[in-house]
Amino acid sequence: MENTFDTNSYLNMELLRFTTAGSVDDGKSTLIGRLLYDSKSIFEDQVAQIEATSTKRGLDHVDLSLFTDGLKDEREQGITIDVAYRYFATPKRKFIIADTPGHVQYTRNMVTGASTANLALILVDARKGVIEQTKRHTFIASLLQIPHVFVCINKMDLVDYSQEAYDRVVKEYTDFAAKLNVQDVRFIPMSALHGDNVVTRSEHMTWYEGGTLLHNLETVHISADYNLRDCRFPVQTVIRPHTDEYHDFRGYAGRVAGGIFKKGDKVVALPSGLESKISGIHTLTGELEEAFPPMSVTITLEDDIDISRGDMLVRSENRPEAQQDLDVMLCWLNATPPRPRAKYVLKQTTADARAMITEITYKMDINTLHRLEEDKDIKMNDIARVKIRSTKPIFADEYNQNRVTGSLILVDETTNETVAAGMIR
Amino acid sequence: MSNYSLTHLEELEAEAIYVIREVYAQFDNPAILFSGGKDSIVVAHLARKAFWPAKIPFPFVHIDTGHNFPETMAFRNQLIKDLGVQLVVGSVQESIDEGAVAEETGINASRNALQTTTLLDTIERNNFDACMGGARRDEEKARAKERFFSHRDDFGQWDPKNQRPELWNLFNGKKRMGENFRVFPISNWTEMDVWQYILQENIAIPELYFAKERNVIWRHGSWLPMSEFITLREGDEPQMKMVRFRTLGDITITGGQESDADTLEKIVQEVASSRQTERGNREDDKRSESAMEDRKRQGYF
Repeated sequence: MENTFDTNSYLNMELLRFTTAGSVDDGKSTLIGRLLYDSKSIFEDQVAQIEATSTKRGLDHVDLSLFTDGLKDEREQGITIDVAYRYFATPKRKFIIADTPGHVQYTRNMVTGASTANLALILVDARKGVIEQTKRHTFIASLLQIPHVFVCINKMDLVDYSQEAYDRVVKEYTDFAAKLNVQDVRFIPMSALHGDNVVTRSEHMTWYEGGTLLHNLETVHISADYNLRDCRFPVQTVIRPHTDEYHDFRGYAGRVAGGIFKKGDKVVALPSGLESKISGIHTLTGELEEAFPPMSVTITLEDDIDISRGDMLVRSENRPEAQQDLDVMLCWLNATPPRPRAKYVLKQTTADARAMITEITYKMDINTLHRLEEDKDIKMNDIARVKIRSTKPIFADEYNQNRVTGSLILVDETTNETVAAGMIR
Repeated sequence: MSNYSLTHLEELEAEAIYVIREVYAQFDNPAILFSGGKDSIVVAHLARKAFWPAKIPFPFVHIDTGHNFPETMAFRNQLIKDLGVQLVVGSVQESIDEGAVAEETGINASRNALQTTTLLDTIERNNFDACMGGARRDEEKARAKERFFSHRDDFGQWDPKNQRPELWNLFNGKKRMGENFRVFPISNWTEMDVWQYILQENIAIPELYFAKERNVIWRHGSWLPMSEFITLREGDEPQMKMVRFRTLGDITITGGQESDADTLEKIVQEVASSRQTERGNREDDKRSESAMEDRKRQGYF
């Protein structure tokens, strides 16, 4: 936002998507407000608007949490009820925040926000330490395989910026997280209210040697977050121009879901199993030598084989498993529980199939991480391990290998609502 | 950055192209809502990329308030011709003539609110089942929670409490008869991203976006362009000012700002150092704090 803005550096920025989870009182909205405010991402007219609202509510300071208030109903209730997306940029990176509420009944929102995130911010109140909600948020971050987790130990001002308080939370969290598959975990002591260690270094916590939250967000290494090993190209649609110039052009449009595709590579189309070679990778601005995730391209093959939406191009020596009986961690998103033997539309990459939940193996208690093998009654916001039978083979990878080819949703055939999100094991 | 990473603009472009192709694959009769503004011009450019070397397989829909900048209309007609796509015009004047809506009166009269009825009628008459628009989540509070695939009931209405969850990049376009979708391929772009992309791709835009001497009057904190639709009040003094427009809407409500940004590079610099949101100059958003949300519920973009 400074006047010394460099046009070229902006063109070379990476995009980092992160999710924030926290409960009503742990200062999440204040933290986001602080991050936006101190990084000069809030415009004057927005500042004027929240100053007016703060005054109207009789506050003696500008309530930074008001920046992230969204819809009218929420403004009246004073809580957020759905995933809201925020945007800001620094000279180093552009950020997309999926801001999700943290109450128990909104697991579905946390799962939604987490599904596209490279990184999760988990807020912990320094006075309270690791509580149920912290565990729940961490479990969801691990379930959704978010590659980086930053634990923001907030309200340090209320524990006299004490290192012991910080160390205690770090130990509690580390002990708990050892049971889960979370990868890159970092701890940052802060006070969102006063701005310590959010954008500017705290003068009160000289004992902390790590960087501020913003510094960590700007520098965390994210380019390894995609699977570059297993080539996966789900076909979205077939492009046939029917013009004189491109009379025989038959291109497969899609977004690379894994691996690196190169011109001349031998590929196999699934489910047909027919083989061919890549004759070209096309874009409006010219042909490319290679394509990698998450690029959207159009691929042509040397041979004229029958490929349509829902098919997948892969390498013949590295194929996803064709599965009709899927082992899935399922998050139920809908107020109507699953009906026994009900049929759903299963959507995975660009493929659709009819499917049925054939078995509920266990339900997770997401607060204690216990498996509930007796209680198999799935309701909204529940997470359960299930078996799903599909009418046709699904070409899937394990979710922990590939978040694109390992994820699915279930759609109710009657209401057309998205009722569940699944991670294939 | 490693060899196998994209810049943020490349990633946003890839995401938008993916969304546009999903619309083509999942719907029977989709269309692009084209206002002539920079955001819908970017959507048109992305649609061209999504299907190249084939033509864009969607008609363009323009909701014509009748209160247009002449430059926007000329630009629209040229683009339609260049792309070789079909143009469908929904006319607010016709809705007024048919008695479907009543014209606002008074000094701040605008046809902006009337667009909703015309838009919903146009969708219904043409059986469009998905309409893509250039709305972005960063524009306004009510849009921060909008989905890429936004479901509308058979009255065209948006229910913010009952939106379908949207996970990963699995978009659910299933619907009942009479229902339809609004789809926003550039949901995740900011105003800055749009300008940077226009610069990077060298996309043509109406000259109204560039600073020029224009005949304007000062109203509600911005420079409104003089046109036949403006009712002058006592003390209103039309004058020549070097202004440009950050958004292009109905000519009666789109305020300009003083600027000397007459090139894309200068616009990017100006946007980067701006301390005001782009909708700050839109009269329609100033009516109340939740003005945009109320219009959205009724079926506005």
